Amino acid sequence: MTGEMSALQLVLTGDPALYAVVRLSLLVSLSAVLCAALIGIPLGALLALTRFPGREGVIVVLNALMGLPPVVAGLAIYLLLSRSGPLGTLGLLFTPGAMVIAQTLLVTPIIAALTRQTVEDLWLEYRDELAALGVGPLGRVATLVWDARFSLVTVLLAGFGRAAAEVGAIIVVGGNIEGFTRTMTTAIALETSKGDLPLAIGLGLVLIAIVVVINALAWGARRAGERYVG
Amino acid sequence: MFNRRTLIAALALGLAAVVPATAQDKSIIVSSTTSTQDSGLFGHILPLFKAKTGIEVKVISQGTGQALDTGRRGDADAVFVHAKAQEEKFVADGFGVKRNPVMYNDFVLIGPKSDPAGIKGGQDIARALTTIKNKKAAFISRGDRSGTHSAELNLWKAAGVDIEKEKGDWYKAIGQGMGAALNTAGSSNAYVLSDRATWISFKNKSNLAIVVEGDKRLFNQYGVILVNPAKHASVKKDLGQQFIDWLISPEGQKAIASYKINGEQLFYPNATDTGA
Repeated sequence: MTGEMSALQLVLTGDPALYAVVRLSLLVSLSAVLCAALIGIPLGALLALTRFPGREGVIVVLNALMGLPPVVAGLAIYLLLSRSGPLGTLGLLFTPGAMVIAQTLLVTPIIAALTRQTVEDLWLEYRDELAALGVGPLGRVATLVWDARFSLVTVLLAGFGRAAAEVGAIIVVGGNIEGFTRTMTTAIALETSKGDLPLAIGLGLVLIAIVVVINALAWGARRAGERYVG
Repeated sequence: MFNRRTLIAALALGLAAVVPATAQDKSIIVSSTTSTQDSGLFGHILPLFKAKTGIEVKVISQGTGQALDTGRRGDADAVFVHAKAQEEKFVADGFGVKRNPVMYNDFVLIGPKSDPAGIKGGQDIARALTTIKNKKAAFISRGDRSGTHSAELNLWKAAGVDIEKEKGDWYKAIGQGMGAALNTAGSSNAYVLSDRATWISFKNKSNLAIVVEGDKRLFNQYGVILVNPAKHASVKKDLGQQFIDWLISPEGQKAIASYKINGEQLFYPNATDTGA
């Protein structure tokens, strides 16, 4: 991407650097949402259905972690993956893999906390029926998650929104390396620091457009699913 | 649930695509300054280096202090920065192998065209800073331990100003990169010290202009150091050394000198000047 061109020109001319950046942004954020969903949905559902001492405290902390500052998450993963850190030998720092890990850390609390709320609301509705049918704990988790699946699409979108929008975590663990770990948000930060504000704003609009398209696709999938299942 | 399965399959494919992307060979990580990156120098010289050697250089652009920290932790193979005293300490502490001078340019004092402190056109940076302080004219400091921040602190010292004690509301340390400091100065009618390369390539000059330049004390030297493989076994010492050797070779030096914006040269090679 060169500063001599406007963002619109980059899109219209199919600038390969721009498409590489968009591709990496989506790859990293979607992978992070997938990882976070695999951890967060079962965790949130379990928390909704189990009762143990200190449970309320866990819920408060989980809800608070939805506001985890990205730069803090980035720093934590940085120290973990640094060559001087405990996982340094993996050589993951300044790679897309490190960015996925950092965003997973950011998104997991959001998915877990919102899943907990959604599943708990459903449970209050169905607990008597499930108890009457004699469904075990794991069966309850599976049943309620399945029942909440359409609401969980919105939960995943909330997580994706967080991942796609943040710059603090991935710039620390990814390093904003051209052609390797540069994403939409880190490119916007870079163009701002180069004083090319029109290009930065243009890239911002491209990012917003992409996020809108993804939300529209998810919404369409949800509607189609609802109609199909009934 | 056809849709969900498709989605999950697509995500899994995406994840799988991330993993091989991390396993690239023949590449090194260089932690460098915002000035070398933002000015476009790397965009000019790295393709030449790659064409010759096949080595890909991944640049992390940070302030000099942070770039040296990255090297200290072993997260970079080489550091390419501009604060001689900090670089020499880095080597003396055993984190770097040897400091090699590469190139220089100079710092310039940037200020509003309206020039509220009345210092425009001067060549004495110490006198200009003293005037800014006495008139309490707005001044933006990087405040981020970068090379430019170090240089700024040294210049206050040269002006006989103890900036830690004498700073007031007029002096704002923003703790950000050069571009952010210039953006802030432009929007708040303030003075700011910048390296010339970033200033020339900066695109949001708004109402700013050079007010003081040409003082010998505004000299800005860049050096490159291989991170010590004895400290961090992960350092790619052969590839890193190849990069350093190329930078200070006649070919690399010529590449640096040939980088121009609007006909203006941004960096002057001086690897043969062993005292630099």
